[in-house]
Amino acid sequence: MHYQNRKYPFRTPPELMGEGRGRYPVAIIGAGPIGMAMAIDLALHGIRSVILDDNNMVSVGSRAICWAKRTLEIFDRLGIGDRMLEKGVTWKVGRLFHGKEEVYNFDLLPDDAHKMPAFVNLQQYYVEEYLVDRIADFPDLIDLRWLNKVTGEEITDDGVALHVKTSEGNYWLSADYVLACDGCKSQIRQRMGLAFEGQTFEEHFLITDVEMPEPPFESETPERWFWFKPPFHSGQSALLHKQPDNIYRIDLQLGPDTDPTEEAKPEQVIPRVKQIIGDRDFKIDWVSVYSFTCAMLEKFVHGRIIFVGDSAHVVSPFGARGGNGGIQDVDNLGWKLAAVLKGEAEPALLESYDEERRHGARENIKNSARATNFMTPKSKMEAMFRDAVLNLASDLPFARRLVNSGRLSFPCSLEGFTLQSPHTAPRGLAPGTPCPDAPLEDGWLLNQLGKEFILLTIGARAKALAPSGVKSLHFENSPGVIAQYGDDMIYLIRPDQHIAAAFEAGTDSKAIERALVRATGSLALETAI
Amino acid sequence: MSQNLDLRDRLHPHGDDFYELLMAAHDGLEFDQSAALNARLVLILANEVGDINSLTAAIERAAAS
Ligand SMILES: Cc1cc2nc3c(=O)[nH]c(=O)nc-3n(C[C@H](O)[C@H](O)[C@H](O)COP(=O)(O)OP(=O)(O)OC[C@H]3O[C@@H](n4cnc5c(N)ncnc54)[C@H](O)[C@@H]3O)c2cc1C
Repeated sequence: MHYQNRKYPFRTPPELMGEGRGRYPVAIIGAGPIGMAMAIDLALHGIRSVILDDNNMVSVGSRAICWAKRTLEIFDRLGIGDRMLEKGVTWKVGRLFHGKEEVYNFDLLPDDAHKMPAFVNLQQYYVEEYLVDRIADFPDLIDLRWLNKVTGEEITDDGVALHVKTSEGNYWLSADYVLACDGCKSQIRQRMGLAFEGQTFEEHFLITDVEMPEPPFESETPERWFWFKPPFHSGQSALLHKQPDNIYRIDLQLGPDTDPTEEAKPEQVIPRVKQIIGDRDFKIDWVSVYSFTCAMLEKFVHGRIIFVGDSAHVVSPFGARGGNGGIQDVDNLGWKLAAVLKGEAEPALLESYDEERRHGARENIKNSARATNFMTPKSKMEAMFRDAVLNLASDLPFARRLVNSGRLSFPCSLEGFTLQSPHTAPRGLAPGTPCPDAPLEDGWLLNQLGKEFILLTIGARAKALAPSGVKSLHFENSPGVIAQYGDDMIYLIRPDQHIAAAFEAGTDSKAIERALVRATGSLALETAI
Repeated sequence: MSQNLDLRDRLHPHGDDFYELLMAAHDGLEFDQSAALNARLVLILANEVGDINSLTAAIERAAAS
């Protein structure tokens, strides 16, 4: 492989040096992207955690490559956004083919109002490597233990005890909360006997990463090519994507009656790659076959054990919603768990993670299942409709929008859930909306939001007093902010950069205080104010 | 193409919802049953559109493909 995995060392944990059973506010099972991002978010709130991982490397081989705008914004808050932007490939031109014919192409123009692009392509191993590096910035708050496998748990009155296996012996540790970030095959989920049900698709996909010094495109601009009924193999679809280091991802959907192991053999793969990219020098970097399931847990919060990322939900890869969805879980849970552990909120606040992120997971599953269905018609009539859409898409915009090769992960609105105040302001952004970025004179709005509750006031008439414990941020004559948020508006912004409440200028401070009580999960108290 | 065809995307933002509904309506039908469903649907939608100039343009565009 082109990428050389660093091997991280095993270090004898204090529990095996005679220091007795350690007690941690949070124990995280799994150092995948989700577990590591979780530890960093908690550390930014001053919460100490221990991460246990059964491996000693970041993700081996090719998995996630596509990271969406909202994910990049969250990673920016966690401190690795700039590195991802610098290394990642921001593709601009997309081409869609039906057989040999190009149906249409599009140019994704950058949005000057946002720091982050629509998404970047970056191999998962780089993202994980950056997270490992970032964790080193918190030596007192994050204890990352490689080659420590969790093999059992016991629920106690005031927490959870985990049994951990290492090459030097086994030990127990205790935690107030355990975060199960142990991936789609989560063992703790299995041990707890939790149902993980959904739709399994029969299609197999063959992933090939090739290293190629010269781009197959006409210019240096990175492109994304997607085929329905590709001319070079019998399956229904194919995708070509550029990644950093001159690596290209080729994703082939295999027909239901092909033999995946046969298809993965070099004598099958190489001629096919040549048909796609022409007569160029290339090296095969990675080949794998996968199939997928769309499934989720019925509940993500089980007392003091909370499921985050792939352990809680899995989706098909179309639209790149797996890792992107998991990072939004982290964003949603971090501040809530920190507030509960600091005694600033009741444990009931965690129920809102369950409510909001199960909604997010359902949306992700719905969208990726729709894309999968469009790409794999089940009947002759479905195939006719799919072909008719592609046929009309060359000149009719409505049909172009129906073409579904994966709807890119887009954050869902949290409007209507417990923490958000009702939408009463007649203009401006609705509560539940993820805050859009906006250009400031010297930087970006989103870099000023997050971590704590913020009262964002915009315009000379919107001078409201922030409730205690809430930071205030005021803008006047700031066209970038006004364009996104409206003038003479007041917003209560959650630590995860979502709007909790929106008011027009002149609202009374009681209304703002009530919104804050609601947004911190203390609805019962609200009536008392 | 006739100038009476509305080129705007009028399904947005519900295009994916519509497509899912349409596929669900066909789910489990034999091909002939599906074709009959389409015929009924075209007639109902034509009445919803109402305007004869628009319908003429739509028929021309569909036939031209
Ligand atoms: C082919 C493919 C393409 C994809 N493309 C994209 C994409 O473009 N964009 C996107 O966002 N997502 C994509 N995904 C999904 C993405 O890879 C996952 O959603 C993501 O890795 C989930 O992260 P996680 O941390 O929850 O789980 P994982 O990455 O699976 O990490 C779990 C960790 O837990 C550890 N672990 C497991 N059991 C134990 C135990 N008992 N004790 C200690 N440690 C344990 C494992 O070693 C591992 O390190 C893709 C996935 C695949 C397979």
